[in-house]
Amino acid sequence: MGSVRYLLLAALVVSMAQFCVGPAYADDDEAARADRWKDLQQAIFPGRPLKDGGGLIRLDAPPRALDAALVPITIDMTGGKRVKGVYVVIDGNPSPLAAHFTFGPKADPSSLKMRVRVDQYTNMHAIAETQDGQLFVATKFVKAAGGCSAPAGADDDAALEDIGRMKLHLIGDFAAGKSEQAVLMVRHPNFNGMQMNQITRYYTPPRFIRTIDATYEGGSIFHLDSDISLSTDPVITFGFVPQAKGQMKIIVRDSKDATFDHSFAVPGV
Amino acid sequence: MADGLLMTRRRALLSGACACLCSVRALPQRTQSAARVFAMEEVAAGIHVRRGLDEDATTRNEDGIANIGFIVGRDCVAVIDPGGSLNDGQSLRATIRQATRLPIRYVVMSHVHPDHIFGAAAFEEDKPQFVGHARLPRALALRGEYYRKRLEEVLGKERAGPVVTPTMLVQDHAEVDLGGRVLALTAHGIAHTDCDLSVIDRATGTLLPADLLFVRRVPALDGSLKGWLKQLGALQAVRARRAVPGHGPTSVDWPTGGQDLERYLSTVLRETKAAITKGMDLDAAVQTVAQGERSRWKLFDDYNGHNVTQAFKELEWDQ
Repeated sequence: MGSVRYLLLAALVVSMAQFCVGPAYADDDEAARADRWKDLQQAIFPGRPLKDGGGLIRLDAPPRALDAALVPITIDMTGGKRVKGVYVVIDGNPSPLAAHFTFGPKADPSSLKMRVRVDQYTNMHAIAETQDGQLFVATKFVKAAGGCSAPAGADDDAALEDIGRMKLHLIGDFAAGKSEQAVLMVRHPNFNGMQMNQITRYYTPPRFIRTIDATYEGGSIFHLDSDISLSTDPVITFGFVPQAKGQMKIIVRDSKDATFDHSFAVPGV
Repeated sequence: MADGLLMTRRRALLSGACACLCSVRALPQRTQSAARVFAMEEVAAGIHVRRGLDEDATTRNEDGIANIGFIVGRDCVAVIDPGGSLNDGQSLRATIRQATRLPIRYVVMSHVHPDHIFGAAAFEEDKPQFVGHARLPRALALRGEYYRKRLEEVLGKERAGPVVTPTMLVQDHAEVDLGGRVLALTAHGIAHTDCDLSVIDRATGTLLPADLLFVRRVPALDGSLKGWLKQLGALQAVRARRAVPGHGPTSVDWPTGGQDLERYLSTVLRETKAAITKGMDLDAAVQTVAQGERSRWKLFDDYNGHNVTQAFKELEWDQ
């Protein structure tokens, strides 16, 4: 994990430089995109082959984002093979590795949704890692621009007021022992450190969610390593397998080392 | 003023819009600024409005997509929204200079969006008060440079205009006197944006709410849906004969002219709430909410999904 974190930071520095020079890569051609993906692939999965995700993983995102700061994406992994984790890479973002989920014994990894920022016309990749260590990739091209430098919210102070508040709700009919989809909402501005105040010439300091741990009755559902590419007030939809009654616990840690945790009774009263 | 000239200009403008819609995207960029004289409509005595095009910003339209204009008093002129780019502002200034020699003392900047205020720099030589909502400087600090860059990507380098910061801030209410003609200014709570300023010309009973009022062009939500409905309600209680929408026709009867907007916003509110209650995802809500409004608005497909996204984000924490 240490090397991945290092890589993330290195990638951030490199792309920040490009980001500041001029207009995004909107006119990029396919060859340049393929080159970038090759580089990223080497950096994130050195020496490991990536297989076509075909029947195992599918990535869905709107072809043209309605709001670049809040692009909903869906990852389907219904191919049958047991999945250990999934990576989300947004090639054109300043920090391309947006999320890495590691699934635990309580998870149903067949479907995952989240909201991300997209800074330019870019390819997006979702890579499933199976229990036997194979990697399967799905790709989607998204037209969006400005999600990373567009202001996080109307008011920085107000954004921090409510930080760490959480909500959880279940989708569909609850049945013990049957897979269930849960929607987790976390209030967090996820400041990415790229918004400059033109009067003070200072950037709003970065403050973003580094990890989220979701457990059910003490067993892990997922561990998420995330980064500045998650939207403000992240929303994550994930699957888990509940008993008749139990506690779901969520622990969120951010880059300022603040920890927020919340327990939910499932199903709620 | 020569009517013939104005008609020609208007026709030129219209054909310009048409050419733009039909031609390929990469239009040659003009290198020199060319101020022209707009065809204005006098919606009430001394209130002149330029009808914005129902398009998004392009090289050809110079971001002249908002309704902008000026009010002439006995002693001076107030500009109410200086335009969408430096060139758009220069053209408005040339238009004013052809209509009157009175000094331009006030330039009202109705809110932070570029299509309304990037023309402000064209008026700097008049040394007016640049009037804005008390929250406008903050909004400009957060977004001004970002908007300028995006606008330059569309219009070409140096053609967006610099960001102008307001010099006279309105906290709640304020008045400016153009000489026997008092304009009442109101700084609104979060609505279309978080820095909307409206103007009432008491002499003619004309309300100038800028983008708090969209007519026929689909509204764009960038503040708070609930807040906008609240502020719209307050404006509908204002005694005025007519209103000048920020987008759409240059004048509508008031308060009836606000009914379509109220219906649209209420529909988005009601249907987004229902979608959230049903446990619908954001991507599904975007496909379904307010689709019944589709045939009633221009550019509906370009903005409705964005509006629903904003509404969803605002409302999902309520329930």
